[in-house]
Amino acid sequence: MAVLVIAEHDNASLNDATHKVVTAAAKFGGDVDILVAGEGAGDVAAAAAKVSGVRKVVHADGASVAKQLAEAMEALVVPMMSGYDAVFIPATTTGKNMAPRIAAKLDVMQLSDITDVIDTDTFERPIYAGNAILTVKSSDAKKVITVRGTAFEAAGEEGSASVETAEVPAGPFKSEFVSEQMVKSDRPELAGAKRVVSGGRALGSKEEFDRLIVPLADKLEAAVGASRAAVDAGYAPNDYQVGQTGKIVAPELYVAVGISGAIQHLAGMKDSKIIVAINKDEEAPIFQIADYGLVADLFNAVPELTGLIGKD
Amino acid sequence: MKVLVPVKRVIDYNVKVRVKPDQTGVDLANVKMSMNPFDEISVEEAVRMKEAGTATEVVIVSIGPKQAQETIRTALAMGGDRGILINTDETVEPLAVAKILAKVIADESPDLVLLGKQAIDDDSNQTGQMLAALLDWPQGTFAYKIEKDGDALTVTREVDGGLQTVKLATPAIVTVDLRLNEPRYASLPNIMKAKKKPIDEKAPGDYGVDISPRLSVVKVTEPPVREAGEKVEDVATLVSKLKSAGAI
Ligand SMILES: Cc1cc2nc3c(=O)[nH]c(=O)nc-3n(C[C@H](O)[C@H](O)[C@H](O)COP(=O)(O)OP(=O)(O)OC[C@H]3O[C@@H](n4cnc5c(N)ncnc54)[C@H](O)[C@@H]3O)c2cc1C
Ligand SMILES: Nc1ncnc2c1ncn2[C@@H]1O[C@H](COP(=O)(O)O)[C@@H](O)[C@H]1O
Repeated sequence: MAVLVIAEHDNASLNDATHKVVTAAAKFGGDVDILVAGEGAGDVAAAAAKVSGVRKVVHADGASVAKQLAEAMEALVVPMMSGYDAVFIPATTTGKNMAPRIAAKLDVMQLSDITDVIDTDTFERPIYAGNAILTVKSSDAKKVITVRGTAFEAAGEEGSASVETAEVPAGPFKSEFVSEQMVKSDRPELAGAKRVVSGGRALGSKEEFDRLIVPLADKLEAAVGASRAAVDAGYAPNDYQVGQTGKIVAPELYVAVGISGAIQHLAGMKDSKIIVAINKDEEAPIFQIADYGLVADLFNAVPELTGLIGKD
Repeated sequence: MKVLVPVKRVIDYNVKVRVKPDQTGVDLANVKMSMNPFDEISVEEAVRMKEAGTATEVVIVSIGPKQAQETIRTALAMGGDRGILINTDETVEPLAVAKILAKVIADESPDLVLLGKQAIDDDSNQTGQMLAALLDWPQGTFAYKIEKDGDALTVTREVDGGLQTVKLATPAIVTVDLRLNEPRYASLPNIMKAKKKPIDEKAPGDYGVDISPRLSVVKVTEPPVREAGEKVEDVATLVSKLKSAGAI
């Protein structure tokens, strides 16, 4: 048996989501290979070769897969699948974009966002915003799977796999990359952060969000998250959204500030180890899952909290 | 430009889902059902395109039980022109939905198909991408903005880390994300008008698509419940609790 893992990366560094997918793939069993598709991604391929438990890295380098758009990735991956029983892909926006395209071409029903591998046919995944857990058995010969990173430990970095190169598909494709606007930040990446501070609608403006949430996150060396309401109102960028339809996080510490705790938000953070909620409404649903709830006006509580952290 | 909009009838997003005691699924008896929220956004976008003169016709399609008619009616009341119901009481997996839609598209020849990025019941996030693959069409998923650019479409996508813009040749598949627009509420006169709009009724068999499932449910269980912890009196107490828990 053999499994192909598709690496998540930005052509410069290997994203930790990949290490988690390798753990899921190892649980499936057999040889685990990593595909690094990108442009000028030699460093990524070298990093992938160090991931523990990997047999080999397949490095496909060229302009057509520079952004790993789905059309080109389909053309690259589908022919490779004759040598694999399964492909495991991170449930990131890049992965979610390409995976179903590969599945449809293989005439396979994809398993999205799995949280456990029971055996080579059986997997666990959340449905209804995590309000139910589905154990599902696939009758397809090959498996196409996206993996929820928060459900698996990251594989180590004691490997020394060989790297072989593969041709990239020539194109042209009917879709074309035009541009991107990425949010630059020195903070830990939200999906993999050990601590997260999230702000909600109650912040009232981008200025207040930046004035209150950001310094608290700085003090905690945390990533910043937000509720959908806060993102929609423009207090925080889109990709800060935590929830059913945003990012799934499971940090050691999650601080929810002025967030009511709608099920769609909880879906993205309820597996955090310790949850702190600050909300002035003692009936707010977020308190039903918080380890420590503080009923208070955030405009007083947050500056005080920021001030007290790190003091002895 | 002719626009096709597939809409799914799902449990209303406000309903608290309950797992059945026999672990075969979730309890859907007597719960409120609605249009998948993402599909409201795609209907809204299509209708706005029509209002702006870029779309000529908006065709609504749903695969599901008889009651999915109501979902189609809702979309027609928002401004869709006509509907197609592909009636089945079976659970149709995204791959089979995509196969049926591919056949509908062969009949209808739309220039653009607008789907939701994800259905909030199965949380699959697959159908649009699968459909694009089956048709060999380009795809723009998780759309934040859609602009017509001659014969092409420029789609700005919500991706991890920010926004990405791609250019798609038409015909194309676009799946919509939350911030594309804010769907309207249908007005009473439009609800009345929608009652007269035609809805064609078909069955999966009419398209010769095999919808037998590839996945079988082993069990559906409740997620582990998280107990509420304690309320702390003030910020200082919170800090000392977090310290003793080793969280800070
Ligand atoms: C299809 C769909 C998908 C969705 N996906 C997501 C998702 O991925 N993520 C997500 O977050 N949401 C999502 N939502 C939205 C979700 O349903 C809620 O609307 C949203 O989470 C509410 O955000 P909020 O808690 O910031 O705002 P509110 O619900 O308005 O809560 C604000 C809270 O702040 C408190 N407050 C007000 N003033 C103060 C103060 N001065 N001090 C302290 N507390 C104060 C209030 O008591 C209240 O509890 C989705 C919705 C739909 C329909
Ligand atoms: N039964 C269905 N009928 C019509 N459209 C559907 C159906 N199932 C899925 N879709 C479309 O596909 C999108 C994504 O669904 P999913 O892949 O199941 O998450 C939905 O938002 C709909 O636009």
